[in-house]
Amino acid sequence: MNAHLTEIIVFTVLFLAVSVMGFVASRWRRPDDLASLDEWGLGGRSFGSWVTWFLIGGDLYTAYTFVAVPALLWGAGATGFFAMPYTVITYPIVFLVLIRLWSVSHVHGFVTPADFVRARFGSPTLALLIAITGIVATMPYIALQLVGIEAVLKSMGVTGHLPIIIAFAILAAYTYQSGLRAPALIAFVKDSLIYIVILAALVVIPLKLGGWDAIFDAAEAKFAATPAPGDGILLNGGNQLQYITLALGSALALFLYPHSVTGVLASKNRDVIKRNMSALPAYSLLLGVIALLGYMAIAAGVKPIVTAGRPDSNTIVPQLFDQMFPDWFTGVAYAAVGIGALVPAAIMSIAAANLFTRNIYREFLKPAATDADEARVSKIVSLLVKVGAVLFILFMDTGFSIDLQLVGGVIILQTLPAVGLGLYTRWFHRGGLVAGWAAGMTCGVLMLYSIGNPVTGKAHFAGSAFPLSNLGLDTRMTVYAGLLALAVNLLVAAIGTLAARAARLADGGDLTSPAHYTADEGDPRVKDLDLVG
Amino acid sequence: MATPDKDRGDRSPWNRLLIIPIVVPLLPFLYNALDPRFLGFPRFYWLQLAFVALGVACTATVYQMTKRRR
Repeated sequence: MNAHLTEIIVFTVLFLAVSVMGFVASRWRRPDDLASLDEWGLGGRSFGSWVTWFLIGGDLYTAYTFVAVPALLWGAGATGFFAMPYTVITYPIVFLVLIRLWSVSHVHGFVTPADFVRARFGSPTLALLIAITGIVATMPYIALQLVGIEAVLKSMGVTGHLPIIIAFAILAAYTYQSGLRAPALIAFVKDSLIYIVILAALVVIPLKLGGWDAIFDAAEAKFAATPAPGDGILLNGGNQLQYITLALGSALALFLYPHSVTGVLASKNRDVIKRNMSALPAYSLLLGVIALLGYMAIAAGVKPIVTAGRPDSNTIVPQLFDQMFPDWFTGVAYAAVGIGALVPAAIMSIAAANLFTRNIYREFLKPAATDADEARVSKIVSLLVKVGAVLFILFMDTGFSIDLQLVGGVIILQTLPAVGLGLYTRWFHRGGLVAGWAAGMTCGVLMLYSIGNPVTGKAHFAGSAFPLSNLGLDTRMTVYAGLLALAVNLLVAAIGTLAARAARLADGGDLTSPAHYTADEGDPRVKDLDLVG
Repeated sequence: MATPDKDRGDRSPWNRLLIIPIVVPLLPFLYNALDPRFLGFPRFYWLQLAFVALGVACTATVYQMTKRRR
């Protein structure tokens, strides 16, 4: 009989309880009619501070984060801690920028960032590019949530793909039925479980390992013994620039991801967002502790599970829990990770489906689509997106999803000039933005392709740290490829804009006005005029 | 065109406070060291965790100063 039986039972019970909640969620704050994207895709745009806190927290801190960030510290040390500065700087940025997106979306009824670009720059083509970028960047992110579940299942001795298929089928069914209300409700359970587990880990594990001194000393000793030059519990001259550019690039990318935008647009007014920018960093502290689980695993001598001859470093956190906690609590911890995968996967699939519906289906296939048509198409696409993610995991190497996720972060950054800067200025010409997007995408992907890792023997997509020596600079410093690609993007967009003006190319109209960017709940809305021009 | 209400526009000078938590975590020379240790944590770790509090202090202040008057 399986030695992990208690864990499996606790995991299954919690998982099923949450699934019931997902279905019941369609009755929660029930509107007269769920058949519109405002209701199905944005939960009625009515979430208050608490729901928003759980929803966005559950959305941004994914199961993959929980297993991969400590795995990074476990493997390389200080460089993995970039998640800390990243989540600190992201909130003030969101405070400044996304709040304007909320207002203009509230006035115009925008559902996706591409909707905004469409109205701001009068260019269906640019909006299409933004939408496709969003969908392509989100898909591997959803697939990676499955990797999180898989790491936990592996640790319980459960192998094969059937359990994951079942889990995702249930997820797909209740997301289809309840829309954004399902992850919003489940996020309460997910985040509570995570907080309980991590607080317990914070108390129990350092005690068992002889205190924090011993934990950091063990990590230091491990990295001192490896030949790799870039590891250690501090940064070195070569990776400091990479550390801060990766933190900055990730923070900028975070609010461009369609699923973050979905979470923010679902809140009911500006004050809810502002209040949350102060409350959400509670999750950052949590993430800091989670990251340090990687060092705890070093001190505890945890070995990753080896599959097909390759050690899977994503299993070190589940293995650490297994070693440190009683069986029933390990089951709770595993459930926290497993359920932690469901919330973001649901929101991401909704966000991707909304992009398709609003910026491809309604724009190019059926301009006369009614609200009910939109909701129907989005529901179906959200199913297809999840099927795609499962197929990805079934038929592709997991490493491939991780590569694509790396690419996803870099390419979503390329929407910053249109979406992020577009919230502040209408200076760019739509032609310049399209050219900048193309240049940034090309550079970003080429740079990632060129990055290899001699230690693991991986020739391409082995990370996001681009050596500046490749550009002919005499230095061993590396920089985050996404930020470099963004610089190229901005340069080309600016030159393109000047060229387009000089050539007197026609520019699109702008349906927004300055007051729209500071509008709040209760201010007049321009319902359904947004895509007419 | 209506001018945005000053109290809740994004032109408030208080918003400049948000620059601090954006810039400080990007200065590795502040925290890339072992000493002083705090509760066993090297400076690299405790100081970066402390930046969370800095971020909260700044965003909370800006919220209080720019929220909608009721």
